[in-house]
Amino acid sequence: MIPILEFLLRLACWLVVAPLLPGIINRVKSMVAGRRGPPVLQLYYDLARLWRKDVVMSNLASPMFVILPAVAWVALAGATLLVPLGPAGASLSFRGDVLLFIYLLALARFCTAWAAMETGSAFEGMGSAREVSYAVLAEAAMIAAVLSLCVQTGSMLLVTMLVPTVGASAVLLAAGLFIVLLAENCRVPFDDPNTHLELTMIHEVMVLDHSGPPLAVILHGASVKLLLFAVVLTQAVVPVGNFGSLVACVLLVACVLMVTVGIGLVESLLARFAFRRVPLLLTVAFLLCLFALLVAWKGGEA
Amino acid sequence: MNPNLNLLIGLAMGLNLLSLGSSRLPALIRTMSVQGVILGVMPMLMEHELDWRVVLVALATIAGKGLVIPSLLRRAMRTAQIDRELDPLIGFVPSLLLGAGGAIAALALAHLLPLLPEHADTLLVPGALATVLTGFILLIGRTKAISQVCGYLILENGIYLFGLLLIKAMPLLVEAGVLLDLTVGVFIIGIIVDRIQRAFDSLDTRKLTALRE
Repeated sequence: MIPILEFLLRLACWLVVAPLLPGIINRVKSMVAGRRGPPVLQLYYDLARLWRKDVVMSNLASPMFVILPAVAWVALAGATLLVPLGPAGASLSFRGDVLLFIYLLALARFCTAWAAMETGSAFEGMGSAREVSYAVLAEAAMIAAVLSLCVQTGSMLLVTMLVPTVGASAVLLAAGLFIVLLAENCRVPFDDPNTHLELTMIHEVMVLDHSGPPLAVILHGASVKLLLFAVVLTQAVVPVGNFGSLVACVLLVACVLMVTVGIGLVESLLARFAFRRVPLLLTVAFLLCLFALLVAWKGGEA
Repeated sequence: MNPNLNLLIGLAMGLNLLSLGSSRLPALIRTMSVQGVILGVMPMLMEHELDWRVVLVALATIAGKGLVIPSLLRRAMRTAQIDRELDPLIGFVPSLLLGAGGAIAALALAHLLPLLPEHADTLLVPGALATVLTGFILLIGRTKAISQVCGYLILENGIYLFGLLLIKAMPLLVEAGVLLDLTVGVFIIGIIVDRIQRAFDSLDTRKLTALRE
């Protein structure tokens, strides 16, 4: 009984904490801009409000329009189960679970893109095309990062893989993964989550026609994904697992907070990049992860 | 042999990629000069007992590559009134990938070369190869004269890295002479850039290929 209870408790913890992150980012942004800004819990209010509303469906859309956001959300929630939390380990762990992790993220993206195209609007198709074409490059970087962790530790388990190294490799990996985080979560140099201009949106385009509970599920899924990336980035760089459970817990929270504040600062200090410069930045992320892999490989040889 | 040295060479290799990816000329010039300074510091780390001549050449290198040459290039850039490379022959992403591929190949293949045992575990040779390659890519792939000059200087940085292998055997006079040549060369190129700008109203070197009466 106890393992099941712990399992559910952990999942609930992930899902409840996640919407806090966008709130913190917005708070940092408003502080830098000298505004008061929305409350930190704004996304919770939004989710509750959306949950009570009805779904408006285009008469072109099939039932998949409602089902797919739910599938995407379940894929992201499943991915949280695979991610270890410091010394506590992961809820689910088996050989090669890192592949499942990558594929669950890809599945979530696929479902969002498909659901966006259900309405038959050309605009949404364009958004999906943008999202997927960025993802091709971001995923290459992500896979290079995972490979470098694999080579460093010689294992295919997320739990044992996320044992950070010191030195050049960790710095390269941190920089690369941070860029991937920004790209995957559609944050500022890649996409501006605040704008609703036709030319600039990526993620927002895809969710434009959703309403009510499906939109709430998509927004919540996006925040879970942000938390997921922040936790993975932290554990790939900071040796959380080597401390006692209390210290590790505090350290993990502090680092995730730091990553979140970092995103907020990047968003306030940087402008969105022009579309043609985005592949350049993603290539840089890929190369950073690739060189981390190279350092890991050379270090293992010597 | 020396972890600090390897870290510096790694940094220089990172700057190679930065120079391949930057479209703005001031950023390119800055990258090139920082690389020159890093290379200038290296001889002081390599020698166990510091000779005053080594320190002198190192300081001259830092001053030349970090201050004199960049300021000459910046002046040329200001008089020509351009600050970015708009349409390179090899795009930024392909040249970045080429440079990274070259760096990886250099790292992977360097141990096949017949090196002295004391040089086998440093990054000197792969770093030099990667830097030379970066210089070539910039020389071939860019159209503005100033970026090509930066490519030439990065190429020279690579050759200088190779020269560090022979630091015990090569007279420092040669090194000092190379530095002097380089400074004079950049000085002259600054004048040429100005002339190209006046004659053609642009620094696009492709316009120099057409012969006219």
